[in-house]
Amino acid sequence: MNDVENNARGTAVHAAGVSLKDLRKSYGSNEVLKGISLDVAPGEVVCLIGPSGSGKSTLLRCVNLLEQPNEGTIHVGGFEATDPDVDIDKMRRKVGMVFQQFNLFPHLNAQQNCTIAQTKVLKRSQGEADTVARANLERVGLGHLADRFPDQLSGGQQQRVAIARALSMDPQLMLFDEPTSALDPETVGDVLSVMRNLAKEGMTMLVVTHEMGFAREVADRVVFMDGGVVVEEGVAEQVISAPKQSRTKEFLKRVLDPTHIDISE
Amino acid sequence: MAMTARQRAKVSLYVQAGIFVVAVAALILATDWKTIGNSVFNFAKIGPMFPDIFLIGLKNTLIYTALGFIVGLSGGLLLALMKLSSFPLYRWIATGYIEFFRGIPALLVFIAFGYGVPLAFGVQWNVTIVVMISLGMVAAAYIAETLRAGLQAVPKGQLEAARSLGMPQWRAMVSIVIPQAFRIVLPPLTNEVILLTKDSSLIYVLGLTASQYELTKFGRDGISSLGAGLTPLLVAGAFYLVITIPLSLLARKFESRSARTKR
Ligand SMILES: Nc1ncnc2c1ncn2[C@@H]1O[C@H](COP(=O)(O)OP(=O)(O)OP(=O)(O)O)[C@@H](O)[C@H]1O
Ligand SMILES: [Mg+2]
Repeated sequence: MNDVENNARGTAVHAAGVSLKDLRKSYGSNEVLKGISLDVAPGEVVCLIGPSGSGKSTLLRCVNLLEQPNEGTIHVGGFEATDPDVDIDKMRRKVGMVFQQFNLFPHLNAQQNCTIAQTKVLKRSQGEADTVARANLERVGLGHLADRFPDQLSGGQQQRVAIARALSMDPQLMLFDEPTSALDPETVGDVLSVMRNLAKEGMTMLVVTHEMGFAREVADRVVFMDGGVVVEEGVAEQVISAPKQSRTKEFLKRVLDPTHIDISE
Repeated sequence: MAMTARQRAKVSLYVQAGIFVVAVAALILATDWKTIGNSVFNFAKIGPMFPDIFLIGLKNTLIYTALGFIVGLSGGLLLALMKLSSFPLYRWIATGYIEFFRGIPALLVFIAFGYGVPLAFGVQWNVTIVVMISLGMVAAAYIAETLRAGLQAVPKGQLEAARSLGMPQWRAMVSIVIPQAFRIVLPPLTNEVILLTKDSSLIYVLGLTASQYELTKFGRDGISSLGAGLTPLLVAGAFYLVITIPLSLLARKFESRSARTKR
């Protein structure tokens, strides 16, 4: 119950780090991740940026083993995810994931979306699960819409429920895969502000995003990926405002000024 | 004689209606109404069918259908999951089963389980067990295909979201994927029940005691005992429609509901 109160008040109780070493992943003969090493310290917020097809989603999905890497090691908190004997489900409880398409359960209302894994996986009582769900829905500003079904919510509201759903498991690490890319521009801000608060509370976050403003403001570090390798990484402000690599410069020029058309491509 | 397309369509419609009226009139005139009245619409003599066709026949038809459906649904779900399994042996078994039972007449299955198996293995089965197995095994094959399509219609992201919350595969299927698949397959599943209701009549090939009679058996017995011609069959048929038409309406309602909301 202590954990719950702490979380509802908004303090990350535990935070887990991530450590990837020489991660490789291929689909058939197409090598998508070509040896990625990346560390995220407990409580750190890292934004992953890069062009379409560079392997950002694949990397993120490897962290909680939605994709099996071919080579390399993954450590999440105390777990070695790449250990063949690891209890994947136990590890995933510590890792919240937020998808571009929300993936809310359409047959359950917002509240039930947030309780089902608590009762079925963590074996919490219905009463306790409801309390936790309620607190997390309040936390994302949707306590008043707990009865709504996903198709009665806007995209931005759905995504915030998805965040509340993940938070209800008391994760020590949150993975976000372009959480605002499928949203109408006017609802992007709500989702980003929820994420900003989460970062302030000390949650460890690995975020794939094209929102450079968010990355600059919230991220401790930014990692730029292209063609399955990490091209450049560093302090957010430095990578975004003064990139060293030409590929990073090219990419940022395109993202920051969408009207810019690169004729060489 | 120049006519617009619209006028032509109108004339064509009148001609079709005219042909139809003439055909019906000819049929009515040519019919020997007296004979038909005695052999098909002889409602005066069917009194003895009641109330048993209602209390026993309708009741048994409903029970047999329900038993067949319960077995068919459980078996069908198992087969559908096997067919979607990543383990090839399961897929082969399920495919073999489905193709076999969809490919042979249900009547053969009833005969096999009603006479063949008891004879070959020296077991004594009562009618209820035979109906459950025969109807259930055939239904399982059809329902499996329906459910498989429903399971595959649930977006992959649903399973991923469930797994990412720490649910094991089976739990994600039970709590997240299967409930959504059921909503999708509700209309075809209702149609499946209609087919089962009619197939339950195949039990007539077995020796039934009076308390095990279902609608069709009442109809057949009525033909030989009442001297009212085919009228008893007409009565039995009407009772089937009492079951199947509401089901049909229900299926349509499910359909329009799922068309209206994606949920
Ligand atoms: N399941 C899969 N099977 C085969 N190839 C895949 C699969 N998933 C991803 N890929 C390929 O891997 C590469 C990297 O994909 P990924 O989704 O990780 O890119 P991304 O950086 O997230 O791109 P985006 O910004 O468009 O989301 C792409 O070339 C893609 O076609
Ligand atoms: Mg992606």
